[in-house]
Amino acid sequence: MDKLMEVRDLKKYFKTPRGTVHAVDGVSFTIERGKTLGVVGESGCGKSTLGRCILRLIEPTEGEVLFEGTDICSAKRRELKKLRKDMQIIFQDPYSSINPRRTVLELIAEPIKFNNIIPNATETDIENRVLELMKIVGIDERLINAYPHELDGGRRQRIGIARALSLQPKFIVCDEPVSALDVSIQAQILNLLRELQHEMGLTYMFITHDLSVVNYFADDIMVMYLGQVVEKAPSEVLFENPMHPYTQALLSAILIPEVGANPHHIKLRGEVTSPIDPPDECRFAKRCNYVTEGCRKGTPPLLEVSPGHFVACHCIKPGGINTLKETVVEESEEICPCPPIE
Amino acid sequence: MSSKVTAQQAVSRQYEKENRALAVWKRLRTNPGAVIGLIILIIMVLLMIYSFLFISYEEIYTIDSKNRFSPPSSEHIFGTDEMGRDLAKRIIYGSRYSLAVAFGAVAIGVIIGTFLGSIAGYFGGWVDNLIMRISDIMSSIPGILLGMVIVTILGPNLLNLLIAVGVTNIAGFIRMARASVLTTKSNEYVESARAIGMSEFRIIFTQVLPNSLSPLIVTATARMATSILAAAGLSFLGFGIAAPKPEWGALISGSRNFINYAPHLCTYPGLFIMLMAFACALLGDGLRDALDPKLKK
Repeated sequence: MDKLMEVRDLKKYFKTPRGTVHAVDGVSFTIERGKTLGVVGESGCGKSTLGRCILRLIEPTEGEVLFEGTDICSAKRRELKKLRKDMQIIFQDPYSSINPRRTVLELIAEPIKFNNIIPNATETDIENRVLELMKIVGIDERLINAYPHELDGGRRQRIGIARALSLQPKFIVCDEPVSALDVSIQAQILNLLRELQHEMGLTYMFITHDLSVVNYFADDIMVMYLGQVVEKAPSEVLFENPMHPYTQALLSAILIPEVGANPHHIKLRGEVTSPIDPPDECRFAKRCNYVTEGCRKGTPPLLEVSPGHFVACHCIKPGGINTLKETVVEESEEICPCPPIE
Repeated sequence: MSSKVTAQQAVSRQYEKENRALAVWKRLRTNPGAVIGLIILIIMVLLMIYSFLFISYEEIYTIDSKNRFSPPSSEHIFGTDEMGRDLAKRIIYGSRYSLAVAFGAVAIGVIIGTFLGSIAGYFGGWVDNLIMRISDIMSSIPGILLGMVIVTILGPNLLNLLIAVGVTNIAGFIRMARASVLTTKSNEYVESARAIGMSEFRIIFTQVLPNSLSPLIVTATARMATSILAAAGLSFLGFGIAAPKPEWGALISGSRNFINYAPHLCTYPGLFIMLMAFACALLGDGLRDALDPKLKK
């Protein structure tokens, strides 16, 4: 097993006037070289914060991030600048993630020049490299002098990818790279990212709230809820046998493009626990359909229930012993409002 | 090898590049007010160049007691002053002071104010607090009073007048730059620059500031007008440029005793101050519209 990235007990707290927000609260995981870790969870669960913390774009409060054995969190500025070349990020919003005053050439050349990727490079060398990168990510070379506002979202996202690739990184955090794009362009970008992974042996951490995307893309999936990992498993295992009630609800919410195909959504009730100074209990307890007295006693630890499958739930014990019992009275079966076509 | 290089070199030249300055100019051109302001400013600059080349020091200062207070005539188009000196030449000669104040005082305000304001806005926290409280203190003192204090300490000359008016401009630019940087810094390209490994200061000056400039440019032109007025005011009060030098404010100040007897002595310099302020304000207004891409037609 060749670990590229190891995160140990990472925490990021934000101090606000109303209390401390536990954005990321004790997350640990490893990513192997050449693999993709999918991170899923609803809005505000700390996925993006986690992604930025492991690149140290924001300072983590506590914990270790080991990249090829080097602790990023304690790296000095100069070491960090070297490390940054190996770890890049692709942002969610292609409309704000590239500087509107630069041309495509300047945007892609910027990281190359700044980090002196090509030693003693002339302008021509750099331009050649930019053209090469544009070809790799699929931007036509006639757009080399275009400004971002002249391009559509997909092309802008390709620029973002080219910028990340220009430093020849080993690891890329993809922070919802397709959620701001049309479905047709989403597929293009996902295929591009996948091809790049095969060709360059990249390792991805793929942050998304779209489970169908992560199913297509990830080797392992980590489900987050309010800053904590609730379930982690290889993606086939997770999709076949989701154990945590939150994962089950999340998976049941995937829409299948077929009339009458989705009648049995698991409905979550209640309110999301506030991430500001959360009480020491299962954070999902307020919305869980299986909640018991025991759920209020302490945060559940992340246990390995079967090899490679980790779940944090008071009612699930190692060996896959499941004591979940529905405690909330279920409403009468609701059928999808559109009747099946005969 | 070389043929490949030249072929590649052509790639970026071969495709057209939108020129931003040209686009702004095209939009500015459609605004009649801005064009008028620009023309007036250009005439002022030309007059200043003319005064450097063709008006000698002697012509301005030589006393001609036979010709005192002569009204405007074909020989002296604006008339002569209490010592028989040609008012038109003095006003034209004085344009250098007003232009120096307009650009110099604004430059001081823009450079210092933008620097401090962008740091305050970008870093936030105690840095922000410190800089903003200093700026609050500065803006709580009336501009003319602050200018008078500075001139009194440093002594009256052109440079100190520039500094005095410039310092009163700083607080406004701090505020402006901070607000503008606050909105720009939340863009993801700032984080993207950090991911590349840029230092925070480099990010401010290469990524954030260039995208926060348009409100600053507009304020700067508007401030030119008020700076000329402030400098004229200080000179009028005797805190600006000393009397024999024909700064416009000083011209009015020196001739106010004869206002009943020779009203042209106050009228013409006043008219020039007004024209200049008017031109700057018009241009500033036009620039705001031209620089705002949302108003693109």
